[in-house]
Order: sequence, then structure tokens, then C-alpha cells
Amino acid sequence: MAELMAAGEEPEILFWVGCAGSYDERAQKITRDICKILHHVGIKYAVLGTEESCTGDPAKRAGNEFLFQMQAMTNIEVLNAYNIKKIVTGCPHCFNTIKNEYPGLGGTYEVIHHTQLIQDLINEGKLKAEGGESFKGKKITYHDPCYLGRGNGIYEAPRKALEVLDAQLVEMKRCKSNGLCCGAGGAQMFKEPEKGNKDINVERIDEALQTNPQVIAAGCPFCMTMLSDGIKLKDKEQEVKVLDIAEITARANGL
Amino acid sequence: MVAQILFLVLTLAAIALFTVNLRKIIRNIRLGKPVDRKDQPQKRLMTMLRVAFGQSKMVVRPIPAFLHFFVYIGFVIINIEVLEIIIDGLFGTHRIFNGLGGLYNFLIGSFEILAFTVWGSCAIFLVRRNILKLKRFSGVEMKSWPKSDANYILITEILLMSAFLLMNAADAKLQLLGASHYVNAGAFPVSQYLINILPSSESALVILERSCWWFHIIGILAFLNYLPYSKHFHILFAFPNTYFSNLEPKGEFTNMASVTNEVKAMLDPSFVPAETEPGKFGAKDVTDLSWVNLMNAYTCTECGRCTSVCPANITGKLLSPRKIMMDTRDRITEVGQNIDKHGAEHQDGKSLLDDYISREEIWACTSCNACVEACPVNIDPLQIIMELRRFAVMEESQAPGSINAMMGNIENNQAPWKYSPADRFNWAQEN
Repeated sequence: MAELMAAGEEPEILFWVGCAGSYDERAQKITRDICKILHHVGIKYAVLGTEESCTGDPAKRAGNEFLFQMQAMTNIEVLNAYNIKKIVTGCPHCFNTIKNEYPGLGGTYEVIHHTQLIQDLINEGKLKAEGGESFKGKKITYHDPCYLGRGNGIYEAPRKALEVLDAQLVEMKRCKSNGLCCGAGGAQMFKEPEKGNKDINVERIDEALQTNPQVIAAGCPFCMTMLSDGIKLKDKEQEVKVLDIAEITARANGL
Repeated sequence: MVAQILFLVLTLAAIALFTVNLRKIIRNIRLGKPVDRKDQPQKRLMTMLRVAFGQSKMVVRPIPAFLHFFVYIGFVIINIEVLEIIIDGLFGTHRIFNGLGGLYNFLIGSFEILAFTVWGSCAIFLVRRNILKLKRFSGVEMKSWPKSDANYILITEILLMSAFLLMNAADAKLQLLGASHYVNAGAFPVSQYLINILPSSESALVILERSCWWFHIIGILAFLNYLPYSKHFHILFAFPNTYFSNLEPKGEFTNMASVTNEVKAMLDPSFVPAETEPGKFGAKDVTDLSWVNLMNAYTCTECGRCTSVCPANITGKLLSPRKIMMDTRDRITEVGQNIDKHGAEHQDGKSLLDDYISREEIWACTSCNACVEACPVNIDPLQIIMELRRFAVMEESQAPGSINAMMGNIENNQAPWKYSPADRFNWAQEN
């Protein structure tokens, strides 16, 4: 972003990578695929690089409003300094925080999740599913991230991105507004679960496996971790792939 | 005449007692912190019409939705009959509305059918709770009083409907016998089947009819006064509760203005915050919660839809969103009783956090909003959990160790993990 600024240019959209997308090895792949999609359709985008920092979401959900607002105000200063208008992000937590909680602190932007961007590109005819891996007839089940689905009512965009694949979409018993959490939200990602009789991600994976999928589609780096761990635990890594919608889209287009 | 005076006294006493208790509840709710829920009146009205009147969130579970709909419609419509009973009781008349003619017959006929469906639905509800033992109706919080409360409500409704039908049957038989005072009025599509089992003597029928009439109205007045102590209070509070419910996206949590001031002052030394009263961060006790949280607690009818979809509860953790609401109501009731007994300044040394809700419960929440989504009357247990967490973290610094580590990482590395900020852009180099 700093380079664009120095060149006196402004991006169409800022890609907010997020901490998971930046540091988590599995999520980095998703980040790179989002970039490939943006590049493929010729959108002029920028990233903040080392100037990006945590949105404050996990601190806020853990109850630390101080830390959240410190992070938020610092980020808003950076975003406003670059005159950012539109943001796309690969993380529903970053998405929810910037979209809903930053405006009250002085940061108002048009914020979309990458599945919404993919849906828009499909609708505009700029993105298809051709030239790459075929998902035709494959059984795919989509897991709704809480902060995208219930949190913000986005259920259709990710499904739309899967519909173009001509795959066989199967819904889990608990889906859309009734979707079961992967177990990572509310800062659970960073702590051991409380005492119980089962881990939440295992409960969810059991349900996903009941649909006999070849692919479990995700739209959130934290869900990705929880679902992948569940699949590993069930020793199903060979038969069932957990893939982000961005990865599926990139593969289908041979990017 | 004696009967009329007795009726008047009973009715006035019942209404007075109910008013006293209702005002106490409203006073208790007002102990909560202010929050503005008066914006967008039109949208609020539509939400109330859709969710409370229209029962839109009940349909997710069709069987109870269907049965509940009968009881709900029965409750709303049979109140027209109560109006007639009150006028008759006060003026010593009998079936005062019979002047409506055909319409009256239609009304009484529909009341009978509704009364019968209410009767049947309540009976099925009792079976679901006590014989089928549906999982949703069990749980640590559903022992003793909450369990009996549900059964008392259902049994009372069955008794009230039985009295209503039996009264009509006796009335119909008296009409057939041509008894004086019993004008020919009403249609009895259900109670006609009871006529044959009733005694044939006029005096016995009059006693039966009068007893049922008195039982029915005294029952209703008693039930009215049972409401403030019961989960059944939702029949009244569902309406304001949905009206004042949160209209923002569920993922959006409130930004604390008190914190904004301090953070601004920290980032910009020249910033002078507006004078605000120093207060607690988050909630330790019910009086630290907002009035909407407290109204939520009084509205909860303990149906357990929240708990049955809670990922923590499903996987055997202690957290139950229903218990969060029940604990909040129990505690605010206790605080209110303390005020009544010992005055407003009294402190009993107890609090919602720890004495009612444990740390283990609040830290098991994934903030997934499933409970909020599931509630048929838009109750928000998540907000209470978050306020308790805010207190634990910001006032006491008592978060689980790994949460503290995560927060330390954000403070030092601007990421929840222990990575250097300088490495943040490394993803672009690797393949």
C-alpha cells in the first residue's frame, strides 16, 4: 500500500489479510489464492503488509475492550491515512469487526468478505469455473462461519460461489442460520476448551462426514483450522479435503 | 347482590396485587444501566408484530409451534369471553353479549373449539415434559421450581378450560330445561357432548354452572397473580421484549464509550474527555447489566431452544444460555427483595458472577449467536456473557492463562500469536 501511495495511486480495493491469513501456514495458502483471483480479474488491489495489525476481534470477544479499541483506533488511523474506501477480507472475524464495530470509532468503509467478492465477480461474468480442476459432480458441503452467517446474515454468497462448479452441493443437518459453530469463535481459538464430553469441532466434523462429502468448504481461517484438525483426528485426510471457497475458486480456474 | 360485591372485591384485589407486583418488576428492570432502544420505531413495531404476534421464530420447530399457536390464539381470543364474565359478574347479568345474536353464537362456538384445542395442546405438552421427557426440558437448571412451574401452568390451563366447557355444558342443559335466568344463547359445539353426563336436576345444574363460573374467573385472577412469579410472564413481556430487541447485525458487539474516552486520551495526550461518571467496566452483578438484559430475563419462558443449539452445551460443557437468563432473573428478583426489605442501599455481598454464574460457564462461550438466533422472543444471553467477561478481564484481570497470553501477543506483536510484526508480509514470498 505504501508503494502505491508513493506512486500517487489509489487501489480499487484494499485486501485485509488478517493475522491468520498472514501467519498461519494453512491460511497463507488461502491468502495467496485470494490474491490470484484479484489478479486474474484485473482488480487493482493493495495490502497493508507490515502496516496491518490485528483488528482486535479476539481481544473484544474475550472481554478486553481496551485492547480492542487501541487496535481499532490504530488501524483506523492507518486506513484513513491511505484514504481507503473499500475493503475485502478473507476472515469473517476481521470482516465483522471492521464492518460493524469500526464505524463507531471513526472508520467507515465498504467491507466485503471474499466470498461476496467472488459472488459479484461471477454475477458480472468476470469469473467462471473453467480452465482448471473440475469439481463437476463432486460432493461438497459448506460450513457456515458464525460471524459471516448468523453474525451478518451472509448465507448465499458462498453457496453461489460453489454453484458455478456444477458440483453436488449437500447441506449438513445444521446449516445456515442453524449452523453449528466450529468451536473457535469468542476467543476459543486461543485457549483449551472447558471440560465436556466432546470437542465442538469433532461434533461438527461428525455431522459433516454424515453427508459423505469429498470436499468440506469453509470461508474462515479459524473454521479451517478446527475442521482440518477434526478431519485429521478422524483420519480422513485422504478422502475428504477441507478447502476454502477462495481455494476452490482458484483451482477451478486453474490459477 | 352479595355475589356482585364479592366479585367486585375479588377482581379489584387481584388487579391491585398484580399492579403492585408488576410495578416491582418494572422498578427492578430500571435498576439496569441505560441503553437507547427507542430508535427506528417503525422497524421495532414490525419486529414485534412479526416475532411476538406472528410467532415467526416458532415455526423452526413445527410440532410445538402448532400446539403453541392454539394455546396462544386461545389465550388472546378467550379474553373476549373474560370481558363478558366480568360484566356479568359486576351487574348480575347472564351472558350480557347475547344481544349480538348469530355473532354471539359464533363467538361462543369458536371459544369452545379453542378451549378444546388449548386443553388438548396443554395435555400433549404435559406428556412431552413428563412422559416423553424431551431433552430440551431437562438440564441442571430445570430441577425443582422451574420444573414444577411448567407443570403448574399447564395443569392450571387445563383446569380453566375444563371449567369453561363444563360451565357451558351445564348452561346448555339449563337452557334446554327452560330454567329462568338462563337465556337461550350460545352455541356449544364441544360441551354438547358433556350434557348427558351431567345431573338432570335443575338445582344441581345451577350449582355446577355457578361453581364452574366462579372457579373459572377466580382461576383467571389467581393465574394473573401467578404470572409475576412464573416463567409464564412471557405472555405479557414477549411484546415489549421484541419491540426493544437489538436491530443491529448479531455479530456487532457494543463499543464501550467509557473505554473510547480513555483510549483516545492514551493515543492523544491533548485529548480532553468529556466528564463522565467513573463506573465499572463490564458486569459483576445484575445492576451492572442494561435494562434490556434484565427485561430479557423476565421474558424468558425457559423453553430451552437456546441451550439445545449451544455448541458448548451440546458437547457437554457447563454453559447453558437458558441458565444464564434464569440466573439473571433469580438474582434481580433477589436484589429487588433486598430493596423491599432493607432499603435501596442494602448490600448482601452476593453477585451474579460467581454466586450464580461461574467462570467456567462464561469462558465456554464461542459467541456464535446460535442462542440469540434460536430465541422465539429475541432474548440475548450472549450480551450478558460478554458483560461478565468484560468485568473479569478489565476489572479483575482474571482471564484464563492462554487468553492472557493471546492478549499479550496482540499488545506486543499486533497479532494473537507470537510472531514478529516484521514477518507479517512473509506470506507473499513463500509458495
